[in-house]
Amino acid sequence: MFLRTITTASAIALLTAAAASACEIGARVSIVGNEFPAIQTVGAGAQECSGADVTTNLTADHQQINLPGMQGNPAEYTSAIVANSSIVALMNEDVIRPLNDLVEQHGQSLQRNQLITIDGNVMAVAFMANAQHLVYRQDVLDQIGVEPPTTYEEILEAARMIREQGIMENPIGGPYKAGWNLAQEFNNMLLGYGGTHFKDGGAEPNVNSPEGIRALEMMKALSEYMNPDFLTHDSNAANAEFRAGNVALMHMWGSRAATMTDAEGVPQEVIDGFAIAGPLTVGGGSTPASTLWWDGWTVARNISDAEAEATFIAMMNGIRPDILQDGDVARQAVWLIEGYQPTDAAVGVFAAANANTVPYPMLPYMGLMHTALGSELSDFMQGRESAEQALADVEAAYRAAAREKGFLQ
Amino acid sequence: MKHRTFFWFFLPTGLAMLLFIAAPIVSVVIQSLFTPHEAVFRTVESCTPFTCVQETIIDQEATRALREEAPLGRFAGLDIYFDRGHLAVNEVALIWRASNTWAEFFNRLGNLPFYRAMAFTLTYTFTVTPLLIVLGLMIALAVNSLHRHLKGLVIFFSLLPMIVTPLIGSLILFWMIDSRGIIGSAIQWMANDPGLSLKASTGLTWIMLIVYGVWHSAPFAFVVFYAGLQTLPKDQLEAAQIDGATRWQQVRYVVIPHIMPLVTFVALIQLMDNFRVFEPIVGFNAEAHATSLSWIIFNDLGGETRQLSAAAATSVMTIIGVAILLSPVLVRTWRDFKGKH
Repeated sequence: MFLRTITTASAIALLTAAAASACEIGARVSIVGNEFPAIQTVGAGAQECSGADVTTNLTADHQQINLPGMQGNPAEYTSAIVANSSIVALMNEDVIRPLNDLVEQHGQSLQRNQLITIDGNVMAVAFMANAQHLVYRQDVLDQIGVEPPTTYEEILEAARMIREQGIMENPIGGPYKAGWNLAQEFNNMLLGYGGTHFKDGGAEPNVNSPEGIRALEMMKALSEYMNPDFLTHDSNAANAEFRAGNVALMHMWGSRAATMTDAEGVPQEVIDGFAIAGPLTVGGGSTPASTLWWDGWTVARNISDAEAEATFIAMMNGIRPDILQDGDVARQAVWLIEGYQPTDAAVGVFAAANANTVPYPMLPYMGLMHTALGSELSDFMQGRESAEQALADVEAAYRAAAREKGFLQ
Repeated sequence: MKHRTFFWFFLPTGLAMLLFIAAPIVSVVIQSLFTPHEAVFRTVESCTPFTCVQETIIDQEATRALREEAPLGRFAGLDIYFDRGHLAVNEVALIWRASNTWAEFFNRLGNLPFYRAMAFTLTYTFTVTPLLIVLGLMIALAVNSLHRHLKGLVIFFSLLPMIVTPLIGSLILFWMIDSRGIIGSAIQWMANDPGLSLKASTGLTWIMLIVYGVWHSAPFAFVVFYAGLQTLPKDQLEAAQIDGATRWQQVRYVVIPHIMPLVTFVALIQLMDNFRVFEPIVGFNAEAHATSLSWIIFNDLGGETRQLSAAAATSVMTIIGVAILLSPVLVRTWRDFKGKH
C-alpha cells in the first residue's frame, strides 16, 4: 500500500512537472463527463494547464446536465466528454462545434481513427474504446472440465453443469438492472441474432421481430441461472457478486475488467481464477452479441473562439501520449492514443473489435428506443407477459415518444 | 387585521409565490401543449474509430429555420395527455373492447405506464397515510406518558427516521433486505426457502416500500400529535376519569376529538407527499415492480433524449391528481370554516 502511494505520488509529480511547461491556455475551460478512472485521468490532465481556470464536473449523472449546461449562451461547459450514445443528444440540439480548424492547428499528435467525423466535420475526439465481453472464473471451469465458452449456448450448458455439481447456485451474472442496463443487454442480444432496431433507413421500429423474440428468450434462459435479484443489479452490483465469488460467468464492460479484482476483501481464489475472454456469439451467428463504444470529448458551440481553443488545448493535454508511461493509467482503458500497447486487461475489447462487433448506433432516435426498451422489458423478464407482448409494448412506447419528438408522423 | 395591513403583510409572500410557484406551473402547462418540430433528417457519412458508415442525422439548418418560425414548437393541444405514455385513450378503448371480464380489463390496463403507476401510487398513498397516522398517534401517546427525564431522549430517537435523508434511509434498508443482507437472510431462514428474494417479488416489493413509507413519515405525525397532546385540557380528562372511563375510552372520546384538526392537517400533508412517492422507488431500485408519476417524469427526463413535453404533461397530471385527492378534505375544511361564521 505504502509503496503504491509513493509510486502514484511520484508519477503524478512527474506528470505535473512535465505538463506545467507544456500547456498554456488563455481562457476558461469547464468539463463535464462521466466518472470512471480513465475519464478522471483525462480530466486531471486537462487541469494541469496553467494560465486560466480549468474546472471539471465528472459525475455518473453527466447525461442529465451536459445538454442544459451547453444550451445557454455562453455555455456553462466548454467541453462534454461523451460516448457514441450520448453525443447524439448533443448533436440533435446542435450544441457542439466542428473541430476541423482546431485539429489542424493543435491536433498534430492525434491519429486519424480518433477523429469522429460526421459529414466531413470532426465533432469529437475519441480517446478510448469499450465493449462488453465475457469475464469468467478459470478455476471453476477447470473443475467442471469445459473450455471457456464462446457462445451463449455454451454459457447455458456450463452454468447448468456448475449448478448441478453444486459449485454455485447462480453462476451467471451481468448488468441486468431494469432500465438502461437491461435495454443494453437486449441491444447486444438482438444484434447477435442479426436483428436491427429500425426498419431500413427510417425511424420505424423493428424490434418486434423473430430475432427480437429469440433475443428475449435467451435473456430469460440466462436469468434462470442468475441471482433472483438480477433486475436490481447494475454493473457495480454485478461486479460485487463476482468479487464475492458467487458468479463464474459474467458479461461485463471492458472498462471495468481491469480493476475487477482490485477491491479489498476479494477472496484469493477469485483473484487467481479471474480471466477475460472475448464477446459471445449466439444462435449460430458470427456477429458478437455486443456493441462497440468509443469515449471522446467535444467542444461547445455557444462559447467564444478563444475559449474553444483553450478547451481544445487543455483536452489535448489530457490525452497526450505520455500519460501512458504510467502503468496504472495504461491499464485503465483501451486507449486510442498513439503509442498504446494493449495490456492483458484489454484482450476482451480487442477481441470484440476484431470480431466485427457492431458499433452502438449513433441515430437521432436511438435514445428513445433505448428508454422504451428499458421500461417495457422487465415485465417479460419477470414472466408476467410474453416476448411478443413485451416487444409490442416497446414499439408502442417508442412510437409515442418518437411522435412527440417529431421523429415519426 | 385590516385589509390594507393584510395586503402589505402578504405582498412579499404573494410575489414570491407568483414568481416561484405560479409562473413555473404556467410554463409547464404551456410546455405540455407543445411538442418539438418534426425532425428533418439527412443521411451523411460518419466515421468512428471502428468504421465509416452512412448514418442518419438531424439537418440542423432546416431545423433552425423551423424553430425560428415557431419557437414553441408544434401546437399539440391535449395530444400528449391522451397518448400511450399518459391517459392512453385509444389503447384503453381497445382493451375495453377486447376484454370479457373486469379482471382481464384491469390486468391489461396494468400494462400501460400511467395506469401501472397509478395502481401503485394509490395503493401506497391509501395504505401509508392511515397507517402512519395511527402509528404516529401511538408513539405520541406512549411518549407523552413517559417520565419527563426520558422524554427528550425518546423524542430524539423517534425522530431519527425523518432526520435521515430519504435516499440514504432507503439505501440502507435496500442493502439490509438484499437476499444476502441481514433482513433478507433472516426472512429466508424463517420461511425456510433459500431462493426467496424480497426484491424479485412484486408483492413483497410493494410491502417493503409501504413499510419504508410508514417508517419514514410516522415521526412527522408523531411530532404534530405530541404538540397537540400538550394542549389537552386536564380537567376534561380528570372528569372522564371520575366518570370511570377506561384508558381506551379516554383516548377515544377525549383525546382524539381534541386533536382531530391536527389529524386532518397530517392527512392533508401526507396524502400530498405520498402521492408524489419517488425516492424509495429509486433508492430500492424498484422500478421493475413499482412506478409512480414522479418516477415517470424522472424517467422521461433521464434518458439520453429528453422528452420535455411528456414530462410536462405528467407534471400537470400530478398536480391535478393531488387536487382531486385533497378535494374532500378541503371541502370539509371550507364547510367547517363557513359554519363558524
